[in-house]
Amino acid sequence: MNRGEKGRGAGIMTGDPTLEPIAKGSGLALCAGGPWTARFAPVLEQMVADAEKLCGGRPNIFIDVSQVDKLDTFGAWLIERLRRSLTQGDVEARIAGLSANYSSLVDEVRRVKAAPAADTAKVSITGMLDQIGRSVAGFGTTLIQLIDMLGAVLAATGRVLARPRTFRLTSTVHHLEQVCWRAVPIVGLITFLIGCIISQQGIFHFRKFGADIFVVDMLGVLVLREIGVLLVAIMVAGRSGSAYTAELGSMKMREEIDALRTMGFDPIEVLILPRMLALIIALPILAFLGAMAALYGGGLVAWLYGGVDPEAFLLRLRDAISIDHFVVGIVKAPVMAAVIGIVACVEGLAVEGSAESLGQHTTSSVVKGIFFVIVMDGVFAIFFASIGM
Amino acid sequence: MPETSDAIIRVRDIAVQFGATRVLDGLDLDVKRGEILGFVGPSGAGKSVLTRTIIGLVPKVAGRIEVFGIDLDSASARERRGVERRWGILFQQGALFSSLTVRQNIQFPVREYLNVSQRLLDEITVAKLGMVGLRPEVADRFPSELSGGMIKRVALARALALDPELVFLDEPTSGLDPIGAGDFDELVRTLQRTLGLTVFMVTHDLDSLYTACDRIAVLGNGKIIAAGSMADMQASQHPWLRAYFHGKRARAVMGGSAVVGGS
Repeated sequence: MNRGEKGRGAGIMTGDPTLEPIAKGSGLALCAGGPWTARFAPVLEQMVADAEKLCGGRPNIFIDVSQVDKLDTFGAWLIERLRRSLTQGDVEARIAGLSANYSSLVDEVRRVKAAPAADTAKVSITGMLDQIGRSVAGFGTTLIQLIDMLGAVLAATGRVLARPRTFRLTSTVHHLEQVCWRAVPIVGLITFLIGCIISQQGIFHFRKFGADIFVVDMLGVLVLREIGVLLVAIMVAGRSGSAYTAELGSMKMREEIDALRTMGFDPIEVLILPRMLALIIALPILAFLGAMAALYGGGLVAWLYGGVDPEAFLLRLRDAISIDHFVVGIVKAPVMAAVIGIVACVEGLAVEGSAESLGQHTTSSVVKGIFFVIVMDGVFAIFFASIGM
Repeated sequence: MPETSDAIIRVRDIAVQFGATRVLDGLDLDVKRGEILGFVGPSGAGKSVLTRTIIGLVPKVAGRIEVFGIDLDSASARERRGVERRWGILFQQGALFSSLTVRQNIQFPVREYLNVSQRLLDEITVAKLGMVGLRPEVADRFPSELSGGMIKRVALARALALDPELVFLDEPTSGLDPIGAGDFDELVRTLQRTLGLTVFMVTHDLDSLYTACDRIAVLGNGKIIAAGSMADMQASQHPWLRAYFHGKRARAVMGGSAVVGGS
């Protein structure tokens, strides 16, 4: 109680809160003074703790608050805390000198029950192991959810085919514009640059063996079979998959999806089918454009950096690749689109109330989307190898 | 020093424009210390816009706003923070942080502005929850797990977390059932008495105006068309006021006796 030594009058004049014990008759008065407000909370808490230590167990104590010139919830609670700790058995410590202004506030905090402690999340090794175990086990659930969504989408497709009038063309075209048309510049630019890099690296290393011209073979096969579609699928997962999840997720948060359902609409038909269809149409187109941009970029670098003139490049390209390479690439595109779309929609519908949940599911939509795209690509590679394409 | 020192908010001649539409045009308003001001007006008249303009969320094209005697335009960042620490705002939808629990929501402003021990913080949280009529068990729930009325109450507890002198309530009783709304009015009244608050309340609820408010201001055509007590409002001959305060709903709220002049 270092501040108590200054004396009561001085304490008030300096504008600091005070709390000091004064003997009064047979009892002891704890005289509080000055502003007991939130701004002084740390000081007040310390003073109250000191007073508790000093006066704990002494009989006949009361708290005199007549000199308190400002009181808010923090101050009132600390006085109440002090009163409770001074209360022994059935004898309640009194509060004296309470002005009418503040009596209702003090009454209010008197009704507060002891605070339940906040449960703080502890980080422990078992907790982390537990987390890992759960996420591994959760992978099975993810697969089931994806298959479930695939089934629901196929069933919805069946219903729409049976009654074509229920198909939402406007919505599909809108999403097609979003995921295809608006993606063209960025997809074109990135695949163009990747084509340039592959070509440059190829020439740089092949030159050691005098095999410059084979860079055309490598570029053609790589771009048409793998890089074109894979790169574009990854970009689409990041660009459109995340958008789908965020859209559906915020609709779920604001009960829009429940509203649709109660009006007798199937959210899968209304929201998911147009999005899936748009993605399935968009990805092959983007993959084709991407492959062309990559070949163009590769050809340009081969000419400017490797000295392979365009005529020789095209001639070599015609020999190096067949329609098979192109088919292998482009066949994968709609399948990857379906995977991205299903993952995005499952994640979107799994969003719960909070903004944090929306963020988590959007993240995992992109991560899972890319993961499944790469897995699918591997499966396709094995398949095409075994049928000799 | 402003000449009327008891005015906690002084709005002078402000204009707010969205595109070509002028929402507020030459509006003057005083809110006096310690009163509950009810703010009414037709939907779309700009009640929320005025609130958001005073708080500083909507830019104005002309005029002056003083809160606690500080001109918010010329205030330094430090002064502004000082003002913000002294007011609390209850948004229409609650605007609770959805990824934080009720406890964390209430503690958030306190933690930012004050250096308070965790124990005191937890105790104050329970006290604030008690003040708005919620049980301490609610503290560990997330906003998405609360009912509409509870969200309003938690949002009020958060607005009160720093023991502000001034509270803005934007349609606090909308979306509550009549009993819940009545309780809320009572709560605002009690808190105003207990904590000595000044309350600026945008509302459509005649009950609130009747039971909770000391003074009423009416917004129309971008201006305050009337301000005064409930009796002044009822005596006014302005057509909108007559329709509002003497309509079928008003008569039901005020009972037979209050609407003698209305027939």
